[in-house]
Amino acid sequence: MKRTTTVIIGAGQSGLAMSRELTQRGVDHLVLERGNIANSWRTERWDSLRLLTPNWMNGLPGAAYSGKDLDGYMSVQELIRNIDCFAAKISAPIMSETTVLGVTRRGSGYQVQTDQGAIQCASVVLATGATSKASRPRFDEPLPADITELTPLDYKSPQGLPPGKILVVGASASGTQIAREIQASGRQVVLAVGEHLRVPRDYRGADILKWMEITGRWGAKFDEVDDLERQRGLPSLQLTGASGDNPLDLNNLQDGGIELVGRMAAIRDGRAYFSGSLPNLCKAADLKLNRLLQGFDDWALDMGMDQAIDQPYRLLPTRLPKAPRLYIDLKQEGFGAVIWATGYRPDHSWLKLPVFDRKGRVLHHGGIISDGLYVMGLPFLRRRKSTFIDGAGDDARDLASHLETHLGQRLAA
Amino acid sequence: MNIQTEIQTVDNGVNVEALLGAREALSEAPAAAQFTWRSLCEWQNGAHSRSTVEGFFGLGEEQLHREAFTIDADHPAQFAAEDNGPTPVEIVLSGLASCLTGGVAAIAQHRGIQLHSVKAYVEGDMDLYGILGVDADVRNGFSAIRVRFEIDADASPEDIAALVAQSQKRSAVFDIITNPTNVEVTVA
Repeated sequence: MKRTTTVIIGAGQSGLAMSRELTQRGVDHLVLERGNIANSWRTERWDSLRLLTPNWMNGLPGAAYSGKDLDGYMSVQELIRNIDCFAAKISAPIMSETTVLGVTRRGSGYQVQTDQGAIQCASVVLATGATSKASRPRFDEPLPADITELTPLDYKSPQGLPPGKILVVGASASGTQIAREIQASGRQVVLAVGEHLRVPRDYRGADILKWMEITGRWGAKFDEVDDLERQRGLPSLQLTGASGDNPLDLNNLQDGGIELVGRMAAIRDGRAYFSGSLPNLCKAADLKLNRLLQGFDDWALDMGMDQAIDQPYRLLPTRLPKAPRLYIDLKQEGFGAVIWATGYRPDHSWLKLPVFDRKGRVLHHGGIISDGLYVMGLPFLRRRKSTFIDGAGDDARDLASHLETHLGQRLAA
Repeated sequence: MNIQTEIQTVDNGVNVEALLGAREALSEAPAAAQFTWRSLCEWQNGAHSRSTVEGFFGLGEEQLHREAFTIDADHPAQFAAEDNGPTPVEIVLSGLASCLTGGVAAIAQHRGIQLHSVKAYVEGDMDLYGILGVDADVRNGFSAIRVRFEIDADASPEDIAALVAQSQKRSAVFDIITNPTNVEVTVA
């Protein structure tokens, strides 16, 4: 059996950031990857996707973004190239094409079973990401048999869709981006809108994410915020990697011809039913947006910058159809596909240890599951930016430090 | 006794002739069929509120109930409240049962079925994790509602089952609960 001190599972930005930390600390380790480096980015993203974070947020540890377009939004292909280069630069000990089948306790350490054999180790870092599986609502009845069902993990482009109208369920970053490009390709899209977070791309001369950076929101720590559980479950911002007027704003999507309906509530007799709560959800998103912008305005005043930058303004309220439709007969109205953009979840099902809550989520404190067992890359793991490309470095440093202490205590014992 | 006389002897306290007449008249006057129902709810204290129901719009003009009715709603002591009335969700369940029960009576009258007693036992299951905000995947409302009728009537079990089925088909509250409705809440 192979032996190493630490096994890192997943060679994306998180796993590689941890590999770099362990190499610097002289901790012998292996990085297991089911496919190739940055596998999820390579295989489970749609073709046109660009990062919704500006490039100054897309650096890797010790390898800050070095291109010319600091305020631009890189394509996924460019990100993959960067992660490839980063892996080579840090000489990460990667075992690619190695799928983990199970992680169990063995002695005071762990045994990692893979399709390439077993590995014994003292510690394990789970770095398979937050988006291994698409979450979708379950209804009592399935969709009519000849309607294609997709998720953002297998959707690639409008050309790959069956003919007919398209129902996109979910109006966060993925759902609004996919809805927009399908509508722009000449297809009729209906977008089912649940709870969502409305933001402009820019505000008073700076990217909205820059505002969040300078007002300290990204760096906020998991043990300092109120209601961490809620923070970890928030939907993603309605943002896409493009500057200017936010094309994903529900007003702009409607201008493009997309029909809005409420949160999908049921399937019955071939009909999709939608909640009548759309006005409330849109009003709530408008109120939250204004609260966010007010926070930025207050900050600018406090810092004496108010006069030096563009004047404050507010977006027009979200416009709503007079009476949003409450159901659609999918077959009769010629729908070809439903795309479930209703969130993602990690998949740690190969972790054969009693470390899950009642909903099957791994229990952790800022990424520490137990001594010697860590998880990375989950929403607000240690900081609000934990799932961003440049969120990996700080989390890796903190967790590697804990891991190193644990290994030292283990040797002393 | 022929069928005709049997129908005439049935009395469930429902004036079927008036209802049928109204149906006929309204089908000629669609505007008169547009009704708006109202309730005014005033906060009392804590979870206690009192709704008053008096006026409504229909038949083309403002209408009044015989008197103003009030409905108090509150929460039980288990919710650290004073229990001045049923909870709003119990009022919803009661509304469903009343609607279905009224429907059973009217349809029975129309079908010539004499009722002796009708009881509807209603239950709604709720996981408080929803309204408490503990688990975002749990809905606030009922996860399931069950209505069990006990009906004593001069009719076969099949005819009674058909009465109950038809009352669901024509029930406003059954429709309200089983299908979505656009709801807009504003602040004056």
